[in-house]
Amino acid sequence: MAQMNMKEAIRDALRVELKRDPNVLLFGEDVGHVGGVFRATEGLQKEFGEERVFDTPLAESAIGGLAVGLGVQGFRPVAEIQFVGFIFEALDQMAIQASRMRYRSGGRYNSPIVFRTPFGGGVKAAELHTDSLEGLLAQTPGIKVVVPSNPYDAKGLMIAAIRDNDPVFFMEHLNLYHAFRAEVPEDDYTVELGKANVVREGSDVTIITYGMMVHTSVKAADELEKTKGIKVEIIDLRTVSPIDIDTIVASIQKTNRAIVVQEAQKSSGVAAEVIAQINEKAILHLEAPVLRVAGPDTVYPFAQIEDTWLPTPTRIIDAVNKVLEF
Amino acid sequence: MSKVPYEVYTEEVEALSVLSPDGEIINKDKLPELTDDQLKEIMYRMVFTRTWDDRAVNLGRQGRLGFYAPVSGQEATMIGSEYALQKEDFIAPGYRDIPQIVWHGLPLYQAFLYSRGHQHGGQVPDGVNVLMPQIIIGAQILHAMGIAMGYKLKKQKQVAITYTGDGGSSEGDFYEGLNYAGVYKLPVIFFVQNNGYAITTPFAKQTAALSIAHKAVAAGIKGVKIDGMDVLAVIKAVQEAAERGRNGEGATLIEAVTYRFRPHSLSDDASKYRSKEEEGEWNAKDPIARFAKYLEKKGLWTEEDTARVKEEAKAKVNEEIKKAEKTEKMTISGLIDSMFESTPKHLEEQKADFK
Ligand SMILES: Cc1ncc(C[n+]2csc(CCOP(=O)(O)OP(=O)(O)O)c2C)c(N)n1
Repeated sequence: MAQMNMKEAIRDALRVELKRDPNVLLFGEDVGHVGGVFRATEGLQKEFGEERVFDTPLAESAIGGLAVGLGVQGFRPVAEIQFVGFIFEALDQMAIQASRMRYRSGGRYNSPIVFRTPFGGGVKAAELHTDSLEGLLAQTPGIKVVVPSNPYDAKGLMIAAIRDNDPVFFMEHLNLYHAFRAEVPEDDYTVELGKANVVREGSDVTIITYGMMVHTSVKAADELEKTKGIKVEIIDLRTVSPIDIDTIVASIQKTNRAIVVQEAQKSSGVAAEVIAQINEKAILHLEAPVLRVAGPDTVYPFAQIEDTWLPTPTRIIDAVNKVLEF
Repeated sequence: MSKVPYEVYTEEVEALSVLSPDGEIINKDKLPELTDDQLKEIMYRMVFTRTWDDRAVNLGRQGRLGFYAPVSGQEATMIGSEYALQKEDFIAPGYRDIPQIVWHGLPLYQAFLYSRGHQHGGQVPDGVNVLMPQIIIGAQILHAMGIAMGYKLKKQKQVAITYTGDGGSSEGDFYEGLNYAGVYKLPVIFFVQNNGYAITTPFAKQTAALSIAHKAVAAGIKGVKIDGMDVLAVIKAVQEAAERGRNGEGATLIEAVTYRFRPHSLSDDASKYRSKEEEGEWNAKDPIARFAKYLEKKGLWTEEDTARVKEEAKAKVNEEIKKAEKTEKMTISGLIDSMFESTPKHLEEQKADFK
């Protein structure tokens, strides 16, 4: 096994799939020659040629539409939108065209497309580079939305996403690209889409989260255990649409208390959906209301205050204490 | 010898015509090579389509069709452009471009099902290379561009054609599609049916450009303007564009100047924004009448032929609408199962709410 950071793991997944399946194509703004603004696709054009890995003109809707047309032709496009704030330019193609190709054509065509987008706060990026738009995408029927939290998952989820015959929105947290290295198998393996991961076992309270917030939650959990002996169970959703409610319910049956942590603004997003499903499936196991720790319902702020805007271990600890003391 | 300035650069140009309004050949160089049988087949399809359009409007009034955008007046652009293609070429249509996909192989009853909001309408049979009609104006332009790249990557000598209107040529997707096609030299034909109106908005309020064909210049692709009421000009222009595509010479933007005799859709009233005089002028350019004159002079067509085709078309439309009406209704569980290749668990559970 090799040690890889998340960016390298994603690149490795792309390489594995480009090698395995000649129908896999990789494109987007600047992804070819230099390998993207984060070098996540570095070297792939050199290895697989300009027909398989290429730069596009600067036009997001066309990147999405190109992917849809190539999908109809039997290719498996992996299309990059350079930063999350620019997906709106392509939203018709992603959230309307790709997502309903199977439905509209009664199964004749599909959209075996992966849309990759870097996102996520805490890196002092420019405006509109960091917003957490996964909730908005998750509300779209017909697409799956994946947010990996570590290198191993990122590679396995990416390979699974490329092999999936439906469109997958793959969101890569900027703060995790280089955050740490982990063991990642060099050969090919998949991590099932729609399956959550219990990253830390505990008996007192469940934290349901994903992406960067898995790591912030682990910090909070360490602190809670050290200072008060509270045992926190942490579930990493890995896929925010569909949500693996079974894993969540099993955990709540054990802990009877839960909070949901997300980086995105509080209202109407993934956390709200998780709580609605808990309400439907596990309400009688709850000893306290499920709380949300999230960004406030404002636009994502300029870099000056993003560290306080984003959920912190302290705010997570407060929420855990509240549900325990309810 | 052609006097028509065929290539568009910066000046207003006359649109390419092959037939005069009286059905005389006025541009011999651009006469497409077609056998007598082919000429008759083209006429057959135009008359058939006109009859089907008349019937569809009635069916719409009776509530037997859903959304329907009339096509009368645009038979030359629709029938001619499809006829110039090969079976393996791909069509990415807008909402009005149903005749093209039907003549390319989509069964008529499925077009009716599409109009009635039935999913099976879009379930294109294997071997028929068309997409279902697109509602988002411009989106299909990008799909055609992607499909064309697919042909290029597979080294198949096929082309993709996509249609939009004068209104659609203002969309961002239109420019993005043209630009990509230019950069990648893709075998794609952008066919704009400029019928003078986008719902009620006249062409003069759509663009300040001298022509839509001019927009090709900025994308580095070929742009041509043609008389869209002249089926022979349409066929010639599309044949040439397809040949360019097949030869690796890239994309073409064709602006065909045409007119739809009926309003935008069954729920609009054209008299609110169009004058009787204008409608009269365009009626005199009817593409079917013009082509009929040409064929009659060649001894290939008579009024009786038109009458016969109309009867055939009526019978066929009746048969196909009945078939559409008899098709089993969609179900919620079928709808749920059509979202993903394999239905996720939460969607399986949602079926129970509709039992
Ligand atoms: C993106 C988008 N915006 C608006 C509409 C509503 N709409 C439907 S048809 C139409 C006018 C289209 O005009 P044109 O492209 O000239 O085509 P025509 O109907 O004249 O053939 C409009 C505005 C739409 N379907 N899609």
